[in-house]
Amino acid sequence: MTIKGVYANDIGPESDAARASARAITAQGARAKALMDCHIRKLYYGSFLAVRDAEIPIAPNAITAFIGPSGCGKSTVLRSLNRMNDFVPGFRLEGSVHFQGQDIYANHVDPVAVRRSIGMVFQQPNPFAMSIYKNVAFGLRLNRYKGDYAERVEAALRGAALWDEVKDKLHSSGLSLSGGQQQRLCIARAIAVEPDLLLMDEPCSALDPIATRRIEELMLELKERYTIAIVTHNLQQAQRVADHTAFLFVDTSAGGRTGYLIEYRPTAALFEDPREERTKAYIRGEFS
Amino acid sequence: MANPAPSRSGNTPDLSGAFRSRIARPPSKWQRGSDIAFRWVAHAFGAGVVLLLLAVVIEVMRHASSAIGAYGLSFLTGSVWDANRSTFGVLPHIVGTLYTSLIALVIGGFLGITVALVLSQGFLHRRWELVMKNVIELLAAIPSVVYGLWGIFVMIPVLRAQVASLSKQFGNFPLFSTSLNGPGILPAGAVLAIMILPTVTAISREAMAAVPPRLAAAAYGLGATRWEVIFKVTLPTAAGGIFGALVLGLGRAFGETMALAMLVGNSNSFGWSLFSPGNTLAALLANHFPEAGAIEVSALMYAAAVLLSITLVLNVIGSLIMQRATSGLRGLK
Amino acid sequence: MITDSEPHASKPVLSLSYSVTNFRTLMDRALTMFAILLSLAALFPLFSVLYMLIVRGGALISPSLFSELTPGAGMEGGGIGNALLGTLVVVAIASLLSLPLGLLSAIYLAEYGTESKAAVVVRFAGKVLTGMPSILAGVFAYAAVVVTLGSFSALAGGVAMAVLMVPTVMLTAEQALLAVPSKMKMAALGMGATRTQMVLRVVVPTALPGILTGVMLALARAMGETAPLLFTALFSDYWFEGNVRAPVASLAVLIYNFSGSPFPHLVKLAWAASLVLVSLVLVLNVIAQVVIKRPTEQ
Repeated sequence: MTIKGVYANDIGPESDAARASARAITAQGARAKALMDCHIRKLYYGSFLAVRDAEIPIAPNAITAFIGPSGCGKSTVLRSLNRMNDFVPGFRLEGSVHFQGQDIYANHVDPVAVRRSIGMVFQQPNPFAMSIYKNVAFGLRLNRYKGDYAERVEAALRGAALWDEVKDKLHSSGLSLSGGQQQRLCIARAIAVEPDLLLMDEPCSALDPIATRRIEELMLELKERYTIAIVTHNLQQAQRVADHTAFLFVDTSAGGRTGYLIEYRPTAALFEDPREERTKAYIRGEFS
Repeated sequence: MANPAPSRSGNTPDLSGAFRSRIARPPSKWQRGSDIAFRWVAHAFGAGVVLLLLAVVIEVMRHASSAIGAYGLSFLTGSVWDANRSTFGVLPHIVGTLYTSLIALVIGGFLGITVALVLSQGFLHRRWELVMKNVIELLAAIPSVVYGLWGIFVMIPVLRAQVASLSKQFGNFPLFSTSLNGPGILPAGAVLAIMILPTVTAISREAMAAVPPRLAAAAYGLGATRWEVIFKVTLPTAAGGIFGALVLGLGRAFGETMALAMLVGNSNSFGWSLFSPGNTLAALLANHFPEAGAIEVSALMYAAAVLLSITLVLNVIGSLIMQRATSGLRGLK
Repeated sequence: MITDSEPHASKPVLSLSYSVTNFRTLMDRALTMFAILLSLAALFPLFSVLYMLIVRGGALISPSLFSELTPGAGMEGGGIGNALLGTLVVVAIASLLSLPLGLLSAIYLAEYGTESKAAVVVRFAGKVLTGMPSILAGVFAYAAVVVTLGSFSALAGGVAMAVLMVPTVMLTAEQALLAVPSKMKMAALGMGATRTQMVLRVVVPTALPGILTGVMLALARAMGETAPLLFTALFSDYWFEGNVRAPVASLAVLIYNFSGSPFPHLVKLAWAASLVLVSLVLVLNVIAQVVIKRPTEQ
């Protein structure tokens, strides 16, 4: 765990071979004690095979990025980690997703309970049409939190680096904020209940570069307390924030468009020394 | 310890329970139970609306059954309504309903389509368009009984003064064969026209507004004048929707009760003259129900069943036309 | 367009100016004038109605109009207090019966049934009920309530009006619920809300302005309806005293009854009642359009 303390602070462009090897060690350690172990053999929407063979561990207190060309199923995989795909008609999953030792797709598991301990931030900022305060307190109320609401709301807004901007207008509508602020409000809403895992589905795709940068900084801060899995179409973003990166690709050989995992490794290793040809080609920007 | 998360305890993850967060917890029994209960309640109330419609149909048919058994189809062809002799026929009322509704449709339909054109084809400044649209919607908000009152004290006196010479000069012509002494077919139809105007206007305006502007632009580009565009492009393209608007307006006219009960004259007989009193199915119900005996109530229920069937069929046809009209435009968008 | 309307032109020139002698231009102008005049004519009845209401009805507006009972035939004085109260009572009963049914069936349609066959049937039933003549609601209430209880009653009037309100409330509320962005619903579900919690804590509060608009419009429509009350609530010359199983007065039936009266004073009261009724309906409409339907953010 001490190694981890080091590598949590050294995300930057100046990484060297020594650090890369340190990361590789950590990655192995993370795999051993992964917070979540995703073994998707086959994922169907009706008769359409959307994803196959995705084995992705999510290491605790680290950021795991999912990258790949559009249609590779990276968002689909992410959404099956908190059973959001259950709302898609015809969704079916072969395999398992173990979260803290339990298969969240086991028959006895209540998907509502799963989603309560796994937070999610969506592609589009989606605050509720209620006040900023109520937005953040929403999850607390769902979980029948008994403590001090004002304190938790403030902590969550501070955690999402939004407190200073909204502390004087907590009771104005969440929809009155700018896009970047709305997305940080959604992050605050998600972390207010201290989820064990935070899923982020292209959280910056609707934002401008400045707001994007703020969210990225925020993710690095949040990593200290939370575990994050993020889908991004932005390779630089994955390089800037992620500790581990999973590269998914789309297989059109069987006539359909089926996503599958090509490579999962520590980020620096994946970008500096990709093992697979397709990873190399993708990183070089030969297709998107 | 480089892991400051307060909920984590120790280096090895606690695998015994999925919930280590301080706050997140699985849904309580009450939350799970109320979720299931609420889903059932919502489904039950959805079914309730269907049951309500069925209840209306069944109650009317149940009370009408003895009259249906006693009079059969002759009820539809008989022209005498006499509770004292237990003779009931609704032919004058059916014809009267059709007659007043057709008058309303001719006047109200023509005016309604014209207003819809004025509101949708850029004749007026947008602000005036909006004002006029709101004023037309106001027409729909005025209760029918108020139109009836207005008809008695404004429409009938005005019409009487206007049409007196008409019946004198053209008395041979069946439409003008009697003089207007008070309530009658024409004032009823005229007020009815005002009442269906908002329906026709609103629906046909939507149909005209749904015509893609590039079709009109194409015609303008060929040098057509505004009215050439309207007659050759806008109206033909929106024809389906306009027709649907007329059918729905007709449905509204068939079911309209109060203004007719107050203006049509309640004469239980029928004449072709626009100025003679007549009756309609809805007005018959309104006028006879409060004081009807058991036998007459059953006959009235039969009349209600006839009215229900006619409006039901008209509304289904109107909705189908509207559906086809909108799906026909889909290829243009 | 080639014209020869300019005498000094030695050869035909291309004229882009309007020409008064051109048939197409003339026709276009004439039709435009005709259409606008007809549209103004279509507005005339509305202004005539409003004018009559204000002149005839306004003459009687005074505090006693609202505080006194309807007078008997041939008597002077009196007011429409019992009818106004009765209208409110009947509408209140109708709301109690129709709002739960309308709102919960709308929730069913928007959140549970959506495109299923059952939902299509429910929606169709709603549309049929909307198009049903209002007097048939009265016939239904007569058969179901008046015959069963053995007397005309406020309750029967409320049932008849509820039948008319249910489909309006249901169909407008469904539209309002469907307008809630699905990303908000996903946010709630993603946080571990049960479907019920999502509906009650996010969807309904977000759709509330739209739902209230529908309720106001349904109330406005119900308030002006006469036909369903004629032989259900009937009429009463006395105050409503809490007995929903007794007949009750209403503004709409008052207007109908007094409009045919040979006594000028009763006709005046009918005009006054019309003014009050139209004002109530218009106020409800304005609330529905302006106050509640405030511009949505974002």
